[in-house]
Amino acid sequence: MNWIYTPWPWYVSGPMIAFIMFLLLMVGKNFGMSANLRTMCTICGADKKVDFFKFDWKSQKWNLIVVLGAVIGGYIGSHFLITDMAVAITPATVNDLNELGFNSAGASYLPTELFETNSLLSLKTILILAIGGVLVGFGTRYAGGCTSGHAISGLSDLQLPSLIAVIGFFIGGLVMIHFIFPLIF
Amino acid sequence: MRSLIYLFIGILFGITMFKSEAASWFRIYEMFKFESFHMYGIIGSALVIGIIITQSIKKFNIKSFYGEKIKFNPKAKSFSRYMFGGIIFGLGWALVGACPGPMFTLIGVGYLPILIVIAGSIVGTLLYGLLKDKLPH
Repeated sequence: MNWIYTPWPWYVSGPMIAFIMFLLLMVGKNFGMSANLRTMCTICGADKKVDFFKFDWKSQKWNLIVVLGAVIGGYIGSHFLITDMAVAITPATVNDLNELGFNSAGASYLPTELFETNSLLSLKTILILAIGGVLVGFGTRYAGGCTSGHAISGLSDLQLPSLIAVIGFFIGGLVMIHFIFPLIF
Repeated sequence: MRSLIYLFIGILFGITMFKSEAASWFRIYEMFKFESFHMYGIIGSALVIGIIITQSIKKFNIKSFYGEKIKFNPKAKSFSRYMFGGIIFGLGWALVGACPGPMFTLIGVGYLPILIVIAGSIVGTLLYGLLKDKLPH
C-alpha cells in the first residue's frame, strides 16, 4: 500500500486526468477550470459594468463545486496521502534553481522563497505572485481556456484553436523561464 | 445529489493535481527546462486517452449517465486570440507555477500566498473583460 503515500508516476496521473474529463462529460459538463475565474468576476458584481460578465452565473455553479472539491482534494492529498512533501525534480533542475537562489529546490513541494507565509514580507514576492496571477487570468480568458480547457479537452476534441493556444502556452513559458527568470531572480 | 457528484469529481481532481505534482511550481519549471519527462508524460498520456474517449463518444454517439446527448463546444476559428492569449497565459503559468485548477488545490495544501495569485487571476480576467473589444481576436 506504499504507493498511496508516494507521488503518482505520470502513467497513473495522466490517465486519472483523462478519467476526470470522462466523468465530467458523462454528467453532461465540460472540463475547463478557468471559466470559474469569469464566474467569480460576475459574482463580485463585474456584470454591472462589463457586458462580458453578463451571464447567468448559476449555470456555472457546478464548476464552482468542482473547484471546492479541488481545494478539499488538495487538503486530503497533503494531510493523509503523503509522507514526504519534497518533489524529486532532476538534479540538473535543482542545480539550475540553486543558482537562481531557490535553495528549497528538491526539498519542498513549492519554493519556500515564494510560497512560505513569511515570503509575503517581501514586496518583490507579492508583486511576482500578483503579476503572475494577472497574466494567467488575462491570458486564459483571451485564449478562451487554460490547460484543462485547451490542452486536455480541446486537443482531445482535435480542435486546431486549442493546438495554437497550447503552442502559445509553451512559447510564453519558455520565454519566462529562459529569458525573464535570469532578470528577476 | 448532482452537487455531490461534482464535489466528488472535484476532490478526485484535487488529489490528482496534488499527487501527480502537476500542482508543484518545481515540476512546471522542470518541464519548461526540458529536464524531465514527468509533465510531458502526464499531459501526453491524458491526451492520448482523452482523444480515444472523446472520439469514441462522438463516433458511437454515447449518451451521458442521464441519457442526454454529450455536447462539445467547438472553439471559434481564429489565430491571434489563441496565440497571444496563450503566450500571456504561458508567461504567468511559468512565473507562478500554477494554472487555474491547481491554484485552488494549493489553498487546500495550505499555501496562503497562492491567494494572491488567485486574486491576481480574477483581476486579470476582469481586465480582459474591460479590454476585450480593443484586442485582436
